Amino acid sequence: MDIVVENLSHRYGQTDVLDGITFELKGGEIVCIIGPSGCGKSTLLRFIGGLEQPTSGRVLIAGSPPAGSLNPLTYIFQDFALLPWRTVEGNVSLVLEDHGIKGGKADAIIDDVLRRTKLSDFRKALPRQLSGGMKQRVAIARALSVNPAVMLMDEPLSALDSQTRELLLDDLIELWTRERFSACYVTHNLAEAVRLGHKIIVLSRRPGRIRQIVRIDMPLDERAGRIAELETTQRHLWNLMREEARAADMELSDVA
Amino acid sequence: MSLETANTLHATTPQEAVVAPPDARPVPFRGGGFKVRKYRLISPLVFIVLIGLWEIGSRTGFISSIALPAPSEAFRAFQDLVRTGMLWTHLEASLYRLSVGWIFGSALGVAVGLTIGLFSLARAGMLPIVSALFPIPKIALLPLFIVWFGIGEGSKVATILFGTFFPTVIATYGGVDNVDRNLIRMGQSFGLSWFSIVRKIIIPGALPAILSGFRISASIAIVLLVAAEMIGAQYGIGAYILMAGALFATDQLIAGVAMLSVLGLTVGWLIGKAEQYFLNWRT
Repeated sequence: MDIVVENLSHRYGQTDVLDGITFELKGGEIVCIIGPSGCGKSTLLRFIGGLEQPTSGRVLIAGSPPAGSLNPLTYIFQDFALLPWRTVEGNVSLVLEDHGIKGGKADAIIDDVLRRTKLSDFRKALPRQLSGGMKQRVAIARALSVNPAVMLMDEPLSALDSQTRELLLDDLIELWTRERFSACYVTHNLAEAVRLGHKIIVLSRRPGRIRQIVRIDMPLDERAGRIAELETTQRHLWNLMREEARAADMELSDVA
Repeated sequence: MSLETANTLHATTPQEAVVAPPDARPVPFRGGGFKVRKYRLISPLVFIVLIGLWEIGSRTGFISSIALPAPSEAFRAFQDLVRTGMLWTHLEASLYRLSVGWIFGSALGVAVGLTIGLFSLARAGMLPIVSALFPIPKIALLPLFIVWFGIGEGSKVATILFGTFFPTVIATYGGVDNVDRNLIRMGQSFGLSWFSIVRKIIIPGALPAILSGFRISASIAIVLLVAAEMIGAQYGIGAYILMAGALFATDQLIAGVAMLSVLGLTVGWLIGKAEQYFLNWRT
């Protein structure tokens, strides 16, 4: 299943947030969206997931999601968005219940996704007992349980400390190597973008426009070992962003 | 080992040997304090000491028995109640009014609060009415309630019902407003139905606020119970206190007031238990 974003623009009142965004997300591909804070990255992701509607332009779905996909466009949030009153398994079963999946069938799915995210021992734990990295793993398990066609990841590692981030990044790469999911990955962290992205879309400061699209052809599982070669790409991205980031930092913010 | 160190820029050592200079001294401790510690025995001790002083004051004549009866006298009045069996008659009447009024008031309050919290139209229409009626002391409306619901149980239950309804409405819709928007967005992003989002995300999320609303409404219910029983009630703790007051039987009055206090403590304890049970997910 592919996603096509076509000439998408958005404004909140008098403020232009996004302007003329066009790109394509192919099946099995990770597209990273980077840009200075307040450039509308997360807003763009909400349009792609159908949680908000743009002022103009459209987001199209081409092809059909894989068989058995309960929720083709599935989010992973920066703040994990776990229900604190439900256990790990309860949080996963939450998204299955509405599809009428209960009892043994749900148990089988929960077992499977918890195993894939290395959470099997924590089935009965409450979110407050888990570390940030574990919470995000639960959120990833929850996303996997609905068999998504595209994962929409909104700075999924930004709330974590740098060691946990590194661990989870390895996990994500391992997961992708095994399952070849497609994802739209919003981040402000350039290192994450060069480690995960097949395609990196650099947005400018508000109004967010596409400044450049950078493709990296190196296979994801080789990137950890060839980080020195990626350094050039990361520096290139930083050069693109530096002035924008500086200007964005100086701005007074009124819009969320 | 030598090969590795030859290729890297860093040097490694397992431990560092340090000799403190002669003028070295420990860092002065500046933390501590400002920490709540638990003293389990203090609170019963305070009660015992206060009541003991009061008893001694009464026996020595330092406290006049007209101004304040001795605790032992109040306890004797309480024993009289138990012996004659009147305790149960009074308690039964009061608990009936309290439970019916509070349960219906809270149930309606939660229902209206959820409606206001969930539907903008209901909020626009009902919130002004709730805000306008909330500050009215329900005791002031008691004569009206008597006209509407009769001098019997109806007016007493209605007073408690209205008194508990409004704070519950306000606690509930406030709780709904405070549910993390991101959790709701998460529910929507997974395609949960509206009803599922309300039942599985919004209501549990608002529960802490609803339960603390119950704590307040239960206290209000006890205050209003006494007020309601002061008119046309034959039995009930409030009626008992009023009667004692009219006869200047201060020992009975103190016994009645102590019963109310125990009742309030019991209700508070029960709500505390409910909070422990329903909100065990909180840190």
